[in-house]
Amino acid sequence: MDLKQEQLLALYEKMATIRAFELKAVELFAAGQIPGFVHLYLGEEAIATGVCANLEQKDYIASTHRGHGHLIAKGGNLNFMMAELLGRTTGYCKGKGGSMHIADVDLGILGANGIVGAGMPIATGAAFACKYKENGAVAVAFFGDGASDRATFHESLNLASIWKLPVVFVCENNGWAISNAQQNHQNITDISDRASGYGIPGVSVDGNDVIAVYEAAGAAIERARRGEGPTLIECKTWRWRGHFEGDPGAYKDPKDQEEWLAKDPIPRLEKNLLKLKFATQAALDKVKAEAREKVEVAVQFAEGSPQPDPGELLTDVYAD
Amino acid sequence: MKQMTYAEAIRDGMRVEMHRDPNVYLAGEDVAQFGGCFGVTAGLYEEFGPKRVMNTPISEAVIVGHAVGAATAGLRPIAEIMFVDFMGCCMDELFNQAAKMRYMFGGKARVPMVLRTPCGAGMSAAAQHSQSVESWFTHIPGVKTVMPGTPADAKGLMIAAIRDDNPVIYIEHKQLLPVAGEVPEGEYVVPLGKADIKREGSDITIVTWSWMLQKCLAAAEDLAAKGIQAEIVDLRTLIPLDKDAILKSVAKTGKLLVVHEEVKTSGFGGEIAAMVVEEGFDYLDAPIMRVTPPDTPIPFNPILEGAYLPSEEKIAQAVEEFF
Repeated sequence: MDLKQEQLLALYEKMATIRAFELKAVELFAAGQIPGFVHLYLGEEAIATGVCANLEQKDYIASTHRGHGHLIAKGGNLNFMMAELLGRTTGYCKGKGGSMHIADVDLGILGANGIVGAGMPIATGAAFACKYKENGAVAVAFFGDGASDRATFHESLNLASIWKLPVVFVCENNGWAISNAQQNHQNITDISDRASGYGIPGVSVDGNDVIAVYEAAGAAIERARRGEGPTLIECKTWRWRGHFEGDPGAYKDPKDQEEWLAKDPIPRLEKNLLKLKFATQAALDKVKAEAREKVEVAVQFAEGSPQPDPGELLTDVYAD
Repeated sequence: MKQMTYAEAIRDGMRVEMHRDPNVYLAGEDVAQFGGCFGVTAGLYEEFGPKRVMNTPISEAVIVGHAVGAATAGLRPIAEIMFVDFMGCCMDELFNQAAKMRYMFGGKARVPMVLRTPCGAGMSAAAQHSQSVESWFTHIPGVKTVMPGTPADAKGLMIAAIRDDNPVIYIEHKQLLPVAGEVPEGEYVVPLGKADIKREGSDITIVTWSWMLQKCLAAAEDLAAKGIQAEIVDLRTLIPLDKDAILKSVAKTGKLLVVHEEVKTSGFGGEIAAMVVEEGFDYLDAPIMRVTPPDTPIPFNPILEGAYLPSEEKIAQAVEEFF
């Protein structure tokens, strides 16, 4: 591990922010303040954090329906995100996208996505643009185990391989395609095995170990930047909540749930930081408290923001 | 002006823009050395090289989907889908991704891409290689739909489509590819959303587009010999729809026939009829009629296919029934 103290603390801070944001989303959704569907990233924070710590602003990501973590990790603004969840005009999408469509193209965030597996072709195209423009940038596609069964997975990995595109495919295998457990929707254990079918490297890592994710993603991203083509990374993790808020996840075995909750990626990094004497418990508690505070500020910003004027319905269908 | 075929005119439009804008590139199945399934892209690989003219695997979803990502990241892709019939393999990338990105993101994305694809019957290619399905696309807010009916329009609309900052589906008709005509040289632009009166007349308005334009023009000559002067409105782009051109013509003639190659039910002719009833009912002195194929898949046998397609005779007969 060659991560320095401040880098590890930055990873910790990012994961704590995602956690605080998602816990607040649970609360707001239950209180009826968030319309529509919300899919939470709780328990999977190490993946977005570890991957995006290797990215620069010029790099692209394509996210998923479970996208809040990716956005925060790529530098998304919490105020604009929260305002979007609440459908306000100050939100990233002026209240027209919601949780499933938050984007910030200037930050290289090509959108959360309501269609499972739709981000892979988009990231492939963004990577094509990076290669075409020779700007040294890369693209990352996040997707789940369920999406790895879609045709878009096959077509994107194959095209990216033959065109040698600077793209990294990050599969967040959280064990569940909605209510369908991995063993029931694919006859393999390691999704990274599929990489060999496209002639690209594939690697599986512990998705709850932010350092392992950081290192695997770093190697793949560097490879992409060198012009050596795509990599498939499978990050094994667990979805803490139901598929969406409101789904109690009754199909999960409580023993599995308990086992995975004990593998929470945040205390895991915390232990490491304490052991390395990179921080005191009090300092880490302060980071978490500050993360919660930032999220509170975002909620206040969102709640204080106006609802859209009905005339907004008709704008932005076409670019002029 | 130069004589060229519709296929050459499409290619010339792409060439002009590829010379003008280095961010324009072409990707699709067999579009490089092979020159495209119908030869439309012949020579572009030799002229622009492998960076800008790319063969893809047979992977329609990522052909369209990668174009969405590349367009959002600053390029101007021209993606080719070999037959419009194959759009079923990549509709998500068009209708959930390309079309909605700008709106969903609050106006903060541009998706300037052209999706070229050939349509149309008349070559015994049967039910999966002959269709006209433009209403699939006109029903998607966020997409523009272009269907040229002449070589000059094919070039001018191609240039406009490439320069447009929205996803544009550019549907070229297989029967028109060898049709020759006068085409302006250089940067000739036909604006999207402007219909063209291809024949002036005072007795009846015929609204049509694509290959059916040629059928209607032929029918109009026969009708003229019988003393009926048909005015032919070539829509050229279905979305944006040039309502004014249609209404103005109907105001003049009082009669409207719509001719298209899509099947009748839920075809775009229904939309035009509804629009004219809503916005120009007082102009009408007869019911609006349509000449279209029946609601069947397209048959293989040439006799059956001929029975399926609208013809000059069917169009002329439908017009005569107004009088």
